[in-house]
Amino acid sequence: MATVITLKKQPYSFVGPVSAAAGGFAGLFVGTAQGSGLLGIILGATLMAGLAYGLMTLDLPRKTVRLGIAAVFAAVGFLLSGPMGLIIGALFGAFFGWFPAWLADGKYRASLPPYLTAREVLWHYTFRIICGLIFFFLIAPIVVVMPLSFNAENFFTFTPEMLRLDPDGYSLKHYQDFFQSNDWQAALRNSLTIAPVATLLSVSFGTLAAIGLSQPHVPFRQVIMAILISPMIVPLIISAAGMYFFYSRIGLQGTYLGVVLAHAALGIPFVIITVTATLVGFDRSLTRAAANMGANPVTTFFRVQMPLILPGVISGGLFAFITSFDEVVVVLFVGSASQKTLPWQMFIGLREQISPTILAVATILVCLSIALLTTLELLRRRSERLRGMSPG
Amino acid sequence: MKITTALLASTALVVTLSPATAQDMSNEMTIVSWGGAYQSSQQKAYSEPYVEMHPEVTVTWDESSNEAVAKLRAMNEAGNITWDLVDVVAADAIRLCDEGLAMEYDPDDLLAEGADGTSAEDDFGDLIVSDCFIPQIVYSTTFGYRTDMVGDTPPTEVCAVFDLEAYPGKRALEKRPINNMEWALYCDGVAKDEIYDVLATAEGQDQALAKLDTIKDDVIWWSAGADTPQLLADGEVVMGSTYNGRLFSVIVDQEQPVGMLWDMQVFDLDGWIIPEGLSDEELARVKDFVFFATDTQRLADQSQYISYGPARLSSAPLVGQHADLGIDMAPHMPTDPENAKNTLLYNYEFWADYRDDIDAKFQSWLVQ
Repeated sequence: MATVITLKKQPYSFVGPVSAAAGGFAGLFVGTAQGSGLLGIILGATLMAGLAYGLMTLDLPRKTVRLGIAAVFAAVGFLLSGPMGLIIGALFGAFFGWFPAWLADGKYRASLPPYLTAREVLWHYTFRIICGLIFFFLIAPIVVVMPLSFNAENFFTFTPEMLRLDPDGYSLKHYQDFFQSNDWQAALRNSLTIAPVATLLSVSFGTLAAIGLSQPHVPFRQVIMAILISPMIVPLIISAAGMYFFYSRIGLQGTYLGVVLAHAALGIPFVIITVTATLVGFDRSLTRAAANMGANPVTTFFRVQMPLILPGVISGGLFAFITSFDEVVVVLFVGSASQKTLPWQMFIGLREQISPTILAVATILVCLSIALLTTLELLRRRSERLRGMSPG
Repeated sequence: MKITTALLASTALVVTLSPATAQDMSNEMTIVSWGGAYQSSQQKAYSEPYVEMHPEVTVTWDESSNEAVAKLRAMNEAGNITWDLVDVVAADAIRLCDEGLAMEYDPDDLLAEGADGTSAEDDFGDLIVSDCFIPQIVYSTTFGYRTDMVGDTPPTEVCAVFDLEAYPGKRALEKRPINNMEWALYCDGVAKDEIYDVLATAEGQDQALAKLDTIKDDVIWWSAGADTPQLLADGEVVMGSTYNGRLFSVIVDQEQPVGMLWDMQVFDLDGWIIPEGLSDEELARVKDFVFFATDTQRLADQSQYISYGPARLSSAPLVGQHADLGIDMAPHMPTDPENAKNTLLYNYEFWADYRDDIDAKFQSWLVQ
């Protein structure tokens, strides 16, 4: 970034339309919420065009103007929809006070290479907006659930009290319900007993299978691999129905063991895939060296191979755990009511009685998943660092 | 000598009175029901007192009544019946009975006499609509409306559902022809006692669908009992059909601005079936439980927790107050004379014969 970039002032013929477009886009959402999307677009666009014009002709100190605009937007938001509107208005105002100035001063080119053409700059920002939108649409449904789980009422509704940010509109009673209700606690216990055992089985079998299948002299490797991976590819409902009839015949249907085995079968492909991937980077001469020094294959595995492929094993195990912990279709078939897991309890709760307790549980599970995935990512980085350090 | 005879006689009496002794009964029982407030009313009124009397018994509840027919078929096919007692609506009981998946029973043998001494068969009367069906409650499907969205003239009759001018806004209707077709014909001017004659003809079915067409764009279709209460609480719909117990909970328990429309409520029955193929121990336990759970007092007890009418005549006078709210439950019963001025009874025979045809027609109308 040693290049000195001269920032050019941009003409209104550029700043005006772009600001108007952004204003129209924001107006679409505000307008839809207030009753008319079209009116929102028009108002937003004109407002922003005017704002940009004002900013460019009157040479006021930028900071003051930004604060002023944020305050005005916040006030309008408050009038339209109370305290929640105030916050949203302030955020909108802060953005739209900054946006035209950012355009007009040419700052949008500041962090880009100077040789980019206008079209490339446009694509640079369009790409970011598209990514942002994808991210938004993926995350928004999950985020919406979280405040709803603190609802004081027994419905999936943002009550007027909640929107006013009135403390009376919020409560922890659904969390309390989760921790005190026998049904939910039994489901939690079931999930917490089934998932770890299933994970343990998947990890042991999956790792062994991956190591075996990575030996070049094993016959029909591709075919065996395909069969082992198939639970991941075959539609779940088909595996579930098959398991149901098979387990019924051999007396495993409706037992803990049955559910654990079924979940282990679902988890094994994840372990095989991640462990196989780490084995690609594993240097076989290390096992030969160990053998040369008199270690038997078991010692070699635990002392040499296992520590090196451990990140793959752990991330496979995490996937297997999440698979078992989130699984509802197979357990509905293979389990009986005394093996009701959390997802099962959520499924019936959602169908028979829409209670925000489900949202409370969902929030807890989302936090748990985030924690697990963070662990996964940290492990991945550690493995990369280790690999970078290992010679060759 | 005399004492021994008396003792023997009393033991004999005890033995004949209790259907089976504790030794040859299974101590685990899986009961299938609907979940939610309904299941919890059954737990409080039936299974909790039963377990108190028989602490060795563990009861597991499975909330699978919605797919009971399909699951029982699968269990039967796999030769592995894991349910002991299943709560189903009468129409499902009839189907299960016809397919041989539910056990036929003799009311006077299996069920307790009424508290007033009437035989079980007479006490349940016509409500035993199938040889396998053990009735529990009478419920109704009826409409609720948002009191704050209907202006100064709240609806008083069911045809308000079809009146988009007086009551604009969305309506929630169940995603199946049953009930909707009847209401549509009734509001299209068909006399109540001719509804099923008309509905049996292709023209009649078209007439009902044409009537439903007038509001189709404003209908949100529901499939689970919890949907309409949620939609009403959200203000998403101005009125919607659901089970009367759900509406009771929305209005009285949750204190939402919702009113109840009893006009043309459709009565239906819900009760137990015992799956075919239980082992002797399991069957003995289930019979013992059913004997207890369907007696006059127990059926009346259930109405302390939910506003469904007990299926026994002799239970009606015992309906008391809500266990938590302390309000009289009688006025909230669908069978209360005030509420039951204009009603319809689910026509099991008609729907058994016509369900498949009309279902197909309804579904294809739905996607048009």
